[in-house]
Amino acid sequence: MKKVVMGNHALSYGAMLARAQVIAAYPITPQTEVVGFLSELCADKLLDAKFIKVESEHSAMAASIGASAVGARTFTATSAQGLALMHEMLHWAVGARTPVVLGNINRAMGPPWTIWTDQNDSLSQRDTGLIQYYCESNQEVLDTVIQAFKVSENERVLLPAMIVLDAFVLSHTSEVVDMPDQELVDKYLPRRKATYRVDPKDPHSFGNLTGPDRYYELRYKIERSMREAEGLIKEADEEFDKLFGRKYGLIETHQIEDAETILVASATVAGTARTVVDELRAKGEKIGLVRVRVFRPFPFQEIRKAIENAHRVMVIDRNISFGHSGIFYQEVKAAMYNQPRRPPIFGYIAGLGGRDVTPETIAEIIEDAGKRDRSEEDIIWIGLKP
Amino acid sequence: MTEKIDIKGEKDMPAMAMSLGLMDWNKTGSWRNLRPVIDYEKCTRCMICWKFCPDACILIRDEEPVIDYDYCKGCLICAEECPRDAISVVKEE
Repeated sequence: MKKVVMGNHALSYGAMLARAQVIAAYPITPQTEVVGFLSELCADKLLDAKFIKVESEHSAMAASIGASAVGARTFTATSAQGLALMHEMLHWAVGARTPVVLGNINRAMGPPWTIWTDQNDSLSQRDTGLIQYYCESNQEVLDTVIQAFKVSENERVLLPAMIVLDAFVLSHTSEVVDMPDQELVDKYLPRRKATYRVDPKDPHSFGNLTGPDRYYELRYKIERSMREAEGLIKEADEEFDKLFGRKYGLIETHQIEDAETILVASATVAGTARTVVDELRAKGEKIGLVRVRVFRPFPFQEIRKAIENAHRVMVIDRNISFGHSGIFYQEVKAAMYNQPRRPPIFGYIAGLGGRDVTPETIAEIIEDAGKRDRSEEDIIWIGLKP
Repeated sequence: MTEKIDIKGEKDMPAMAMSLGLMDWNKTGSWRNLRPVIDYEKCTRCMICWKFCPDACILIRDEEPVIDYDYCKGCLICAEECPRDAISVVKEE
C-alpha cells in the first residue's frame, strides 16, 4: 500500500511495523513529530507498545536502555541539543550492548537557536559506538528502521543504531512511501530474543565496576561487533530486497565505472548531486557519485574500491569539525592514505544550518575542483557570503 | 558470596559486562589510604557516623557501630562528624 508520508512519520511507521514494544521520548523542541505520532499510534491501539514520556532526552535514552535490557524492542527519537543531552547514555547503551534504535533528525546545534538541518549533532556522537545510517528518502527511512532492528538485535552485533535524516528537507517533506506488508515484516523481523537479559529469576550484575584486567577486552568486543555489523547490514539489506524489492547498500554508487570525477555526499545532498551528475553525463562528462549511507561502521573497502581510479574526488560535508575540516572528508581521505592508488581529494563545506544545497551549489563545487590539480586547502567553503 | 569468574581472555567473556564486576569480590577497601578507627571508650553509640557514611560502610552490630573495612574507602566523613572525636585516623601501611 502506498501512502504520502513525511520523514518524521516514516520513522514512526517504521517503529510501528517493527513492532517496537517500548518507546521512551521527550516531546519538546528540538523533538519533531516522530514520537508525537507514535503516541497517537499507541493510543489508537495500532501499536501495542508502552509509551514512556520522560523529563529529558537523557532520561529517554536511560529508559530505553532499561527497557532494552529486559529484552524489549525499544525505539526513541530526538534531534540536535536533545541528542547532545543523551550523549552520556549513548555510551552507556553501547557498553551495555542494548540494541535500541534511535531516529535522529539532523538539526544544527545552537546557539544561535536553530531548527534547520546540518550533521553536526549526529557526527558529534561518532565515537560513542552507535551504528549510523544516513538516509536520502522517506522510503529509505522507514525501511532502515526495520533493517536496523534486525542488525542491531543480532547477537553478533548487539549495538544501538542511529537513523539519520535531514531536518525539513526530509523530516517535514511528504513523499510517496510504499508501506511494507506487516506479515512480511513479521517474517523478516521476528520478535526479539535477547541474549543477555535482566531477569529477577537469574540475578546478575550488569555493567558493574570492571577493572583494567577486563575492560580492555570488552572494548575489543565492541569493535569486533562493529566490523561484524558491516557484513550483517549487507545481508539484512539483501534479505530485505528479496521480500520487499528495495535495497540500499553500505554505500550507493552512481555512474562511477569510468568516472574521472567523483562526488562523495550523504543524505539528501546526494539526491541533488545525482541529478547534477545525470545532467553532466548527458553532456558527455565522466562524472559519478558515491553516497555514503552507513557511516559507522565505516565502509572502508567499498569506498576505496569506488573512488581509487578517479582523477579527482570531491567530498561534500554539511558539517564541520572546527579547527580541522569536514568530517566525511577527513574519513574518506584517511581511508585512502595507505592505498597504492590515491586520487586527490577535495573537501567542500556547504549547507550548514539548513542553507539550501541546490544543483547550482553542486555545479559550483565541480567547477571549483576542475580548476585545482591538488587539494591545498583543508576546507573549501561553498556559498559563503563574503 | 559469589566467586570471581575465571576469565583468561576475550573469548571467555560475555559481550556485555554481565557478572564481570561483582562487589562480593571487588573489595574497594583496598583503595583506602587512611583508616578510621573507633575508640569504643569514647563512643556514645549515637550512630551519627552510620548516618553520614556515604558508602554504607558503618554496620550496626549489637547496637554498636562497626566499620566495614572491606569497602570503606577512607573518606573520613565519620571522623569529621563524630561529636565526641571518638574516631581517629591511622595511615594505612
